[in-house]
Amino acid sequence: MRAHDNHWLTRPSTVRILWIVFSIILGITVALQFLVPVKGAFAIEKTFGFGAWYGFLACVLMVLVAKVLGWLLKRPEDYYQSEPSAQESADEH
Amino acid sequence: MNIEMLPPALIMLAGAVAILLTRPGMVRNAIVLVAPLLTLWAVWLVPDGISSTAYYLDYTIELVEGSPVRRLFATIFAIMAFVGGLYAFRTARRFELAAAFAYGAGAIGVAFAGDLITLFLFWEVMALFSTVVVWCGGTEKSKAAGIRYAVIHLLGGVILKVGIEGVMVNTGSVDITAMSVTDFSSAMILIGILINAAAPPLSAWLADAYPESSPTGSVFLSAFTTKTAVLALILLFPGESILIWVGLYMIFYGIIYALLENDARRILAYSIVNQVGFMVVAVGIGTETAINGASAHAFAHIIYKALLFMSAGVVVYRTGLSRCSDLGGLFRTMPLTTVCGIIGALAISSFPLTSGFTTKTLISEAAGAQGLVWVYFLLAAASAGVFLHAGIKFPWFVFFQKDSGLRPKDAPWNMGAAMVIFAFACILLGVYPQLLYQYLPYPEDADFYKPGKVLFYLQLLLFSGLAFFLMLPLMKRTLTLSLDTDWIYRRMFFNAAKVGARALADIRDRAANDLNAASGWLSGWLSANWKTDGPFTRSWPISATALWIAALLSVYVFVYYL
Repeated sequence: MRAHDNHWLTRPSTVRILWIVFSIILGITVALQFLVPVKGAFAIEKTFGFGAWYGFLACVLMVLVAKVLGWLLKRPEDYYQSEPSAQESADEH
Repeated sequence: MNIEMLPPALIMLAGAVAILLTRPGMVRNAIVLVAPLLTLWAVWLVPDGISSTAYYLDYTIELVEGSPVRRLFATIFAIMAFVGGLYAFRTARRFELAAAFAYGAGAIGVAFAGDLITLFLFWEVMALFSTVVVWCGGTEKSKAAGIRYAVIHLLGGVILKVGIEGVMVNTGSVDITAMSVTDFSSAMILIGILINAAAPPLSAWLADAYPESSPTGSVFLSAFTTKTAVLALILLFPGESILIWVGLYMIFYGIIYALLENDARRILAYSIVNQVGFMVVAVGIGTETAINGASAHAFAHIIYKALLFMSAGVVVYRTGLSRCSDLGGLFRTMPLTTVCGIIGALAISSFPLTSGFTTKTLISEAAGAQGLVWVYFLLAAASAGVFLHAGIKFPWFVFFQKDSGLRPKDAPWNMGAAMVIFAFACILLGVYPQLLYQYLPYPEDADFYKPGKVLFYLQLLLFSGLAFFLMLPLMKRTLTLSLDTDWIYRRMFFNAAKVGARALADIRDRAANDLNAASGWLSGWLSANWKTDGPFTRSWPISATALWIAALLSVYVFVYYL
């Protein structure tokens, strides 16, 4: 069942086109705010591009927080299957 | 007695028993598909108010009490059982199907429970049979996870029962009415319900158990337990403000842990906690719009979350793999599963034109209308985070990403049909939300398809997508699990027991040493004195005996005269 192919969707040229198309779409969603006033419960939502930068920064922040917590919380997959004593001594080193 | 007089839960339960008793074949398949539809029909016939009572001890038990919100939840539970049954009937084991239907019956029973005793009864039915569903995963891991799952839920049941007993004693009534946390009993009830909602600090049971079940079992598990908890919160604790903060914690807990996770089904499990968090926040806000939002979101959530678990389930069924690091590139040979997975992912991300948009936005609106600035903007950030962890991460790592070389077949026809039904429902409720709004507990005429509103959400979500692809290097999959509070009962207790055992062993060893030394001295002394020519064994001359008797007698006489 294993076979590697060159599906049109995964070709670098297609990926580049996808990046360009999505960048244009992103630009349009922000530019549209010149024509369509954004509705929101609070004043700051109506400022230019708020949804865009807020969503982007929120995600960057969450990924970074997850990264930091990952250093503290991540353990090998077999953590709960392995002998605790061996595990604990491995943690200490 | 007509069939429509029966509590709908009993129809479902009868279906479960019938599945257990019939052989595999057309009859059983028919039962799997017909029992939920009969139940659905009975659900719609339940009138408002109490329609079935019984007596237990000195209490009047209200087995069936109808109201719009109860019917709404029971409806989606019955629909879930039908589509889940369609998805599962060809591959799931008999015990799993029967247990899943009994579990669904428990959920429907809770939905119509008119008093706390009935609620508790069906609550425990759910705990019992959901554990069986976890066990039907059939692996060593699912066995262990099922035991941990059962322990947590039995604990939650006991806490709930303590609260119910307290309320019965304090008020003399077992009616289900809105209460607030004013004393010990109501606090216990709230805690008991929140445990089933996977609220902190005991959120870990969900992501521990659900991904260990079978591909079909996880579809059922995703639907019932947490959503009956949401309904119980709506009925018992609307407007309890602490729920806002509990819910916000759940939202961000789900996002962060899903970002750290490698197992595809575990990512979806964490995102259940995240989504239930939105509903818990809504119940905490407690206004009419918020309660509508919680109810509508629960309805929509069951559909798209089951759809996501179905698409992940097909992947597990076809490949036997569920780790993102093992998967990728499956879109080539699984187009239907990929498309349905993406529709579920867009719906959970509340993309415009999907059910998530028309239901979750009600919750944000309710927060905005109450002037809860922090809550409102945290919910907006969370919406972006949902797109990040479930909306893109799940389909990207499972179906695209790299070419894993796997070329599995697409879904079997029944699994495909189940996915298509739910994918269609996600879009239908997104395009035509009035279909759902008319059944909400309060009148709802919200219309979020205003250009300004849609534009805001498009900006928010699309730029989250940009963040995902720009930060992909930071999200490299690792072969890890993430520690959670379940560490306390999976490892800390074990370690504590180990330390305790070591201390006891030390005491035992020391005592044994002392005893050894003592017995060594004793045996030395004995062998020294009782050896063949020792003082106690050798023959003494008669004169020595006479001398000793004389000495003892003198001592006796001396003591007597003192």
